[in-house]
Amino acid sequence: MSANPSAAPMAPRARGSRLAWLKENLFSSPLNTLLTVLVAWLLAMAVPAMLDWLLFDADFTARTAQECRQAQGACWAFIAEKHRLILFGVYPYDEQWRPLLATLILIGIMVCSAIRYFWKPWLGLLWLAALTSVAVLMWGGVFGLSHVENDRWGGLPLTLILSTFGIAFAFPFGVLLALGRRSHMPAVKSLCIIYIELIRGVPLISLLFMSSVMLPLFLPEGFTIDKLLRAQIAIILFAAAYIAETVRGGLQAISKGQYEGADSLGLSYWQQTRLIILPQALKVVIPPLVGIFIALFKDTSLVVIIGIFDLTQAAKAAIADAAWRGFSVEAYVFIAFIYFIFCFAISRYSQGLERRLDKGYQR
Amino acid sequence: MSEAIIRLENVNKWFGQFHVLRNLNLDVAPGERIVICGPSGSGKSTMIRCINRLEEHQQGRIVVDGTELTSDLRHIETIRRDVGMVFQHFNLFPHLTVLENLTLGPIWVLKKSRAEAEATAMKYLERVRIPDQARKYPGQLSGGQQQRVAIARSLCMSPKIMLFDEPTSALDPEMVKEVLDVMVNLAEESGMTMLCVTHEMGFARKVADRVIFMDQGEIIEQNTPDRFFDDPQHERTRLFLQQILH
Repeated sequence: MSANPSAAPMAPRARGSRLAWLKENLFSSPLNTLLTVLVAWLLAMAVPAMLDWLLFDADFTARTAQECRQAQGACWAFIAEKHRLILFGVYPYDEQWRPLLATLILIGIMVCSAIRYFWKPWLGLLWLAALTSVAVLMWGGVFGLSHVENDRWGGLPLTLILSTFGIAFAFPFGVLLALGRRSHMPAVKSLCIIYIELIRGVPLISLLFMSSVMLPLFLPEGFTIDKLLRAQIAIILFAAAYIAETVRGGLQAISKGQYEGADSLGLSYWQQTRLIILPQALKVVIPPLVGIFIALFKDTSLVVIIGIFDLTQAAKAAIADAAWRGFSVEAYVFIAFIYFIFCFAISRYSQGLERRLDKGYQR
Repeated sequence: MSEAIIRLENVNKWFGQFHVLRNLNLDVAPGERIVICGPSGSGKSTMIRCINRLEEHQQGRIVVDGTELTSDLRHIETIRRDVGMVFQHFNLFPHLTVLENLTLGPIWVLKKSRAEAEATAMKYLERVRIPDQARKYPGQLSGGQQQRVAIARSLCMSPKIMLFDEPTSALDPEMVKEVLDVMVNLAEESGMTMLCVTHEMGFARKVADRVIFMDQGEIIEQNTPDRFFDDPQHERTRLFLQQILH
């Protein structure tokens, strides 16, 4: 048997059996073996019980609370009964197709913005059209739709509106704050630092409270700003401060050579920032930025403090019904599931985005 | 005698307390090729970086192509449009393709159309002998290729003056030659003024009109390459040449 002397020897094939993988990853040392056994035991204790409660012993079709309480597991019939209250709040029952459509449009526009094919100039117009149609659908008053005041809005559409507008406005504002904080102009730099430190020093709940209770005291007689708008602005101002610090971290990570390369070509400050520095800085901080967006989506539940009916508040209202008492776990699991779907989708998208943006950096 | 395209008059610069440039005086004629050498810390890189305002001089005058270099942004922008720079660590933009790196300046600073900028870019990519790499990202190229892209990127701005800050110091020895060949070609075929900080003495002999030796922020000696290498006047120059020509 003669091997070709000039062919490079093949790397030995990895032992590919599952047993080998288990041995290497789960049972490689005494400590690992112990941990594996511990985790397996915990899973064996928890998972079957959870599945039983969630699915196998659950009641999906009961008609009354009495019937449902007989079941060993969860009472999903409660959700079937209350889902419209939880999802849409106290929006007039017959008009609830409108917030449903508005929700779908908001989700649709966000999905479109995520797909690279849509990254064209007319995406801005698409956003404008989507936001206008959401406004028309929710408020009504035109095109034969009945007018619905925004204090009757609630549930999932409201959470989505607060988050989407929140992120959409907080992100550019945060980027400007980050650039301003790194500016050499003392006035701009001081203002940005003061803003960021003040806002980061207070919890969102106190900002919401201040916007709702204190702001009207400072405004002139008879001049009121809509409560929902005040909450929206508070959310935007809050998120912008955190986004600013995260983006600033990214800006600091860009090597001085990039600025010098751009300077030597004669690019102005704004051209450099827009074309060279920001694309690289933002790519670097995608993970913490996404963390901020996900947290913001869930932080919108704090508007309950000023009496705005978001998804969490709607769940509480559903539980308060005297006829269906005692199913708070089901209600919270339901909205937790909804929050999870959105947050997980954002997270998966960001991982895909990072992979796509990495292609230029791999050899 | 033609007007100097770069004039440094009594230029002084400090980094904090450290006096890095001491009373520098230098006149560069248009089309002249100058190689600057010296030990590290001698201020040679700082001097050429002052010419396009990547560093700020505290005393003295610098005049580039008739425009004085002050803190006036418009003057700085005018000068930077006519001065190209090649860096030791390339400073290419990693998130853009090679072609996009080259067309960025012409499109946004010189306000050319995309088609025109791309045509110019391909022309210079051919000049530096890597037209097939146009669609690749800098991270996918070797060091020598990246530096040649950097040279092409500066050339796309059609500068009157090219500054080279130790362009081959970060390259593997095999790749030094390909970059030097491009620079020699550039020196011979274009009428461009070139200031090059380098340790490549073979390059200096082949191409330079003048070799300048700097030490501790001062110009110790300047001469034509032959006289500089064969008959150095100062003791410090001789010591330095002994150390690098081995």
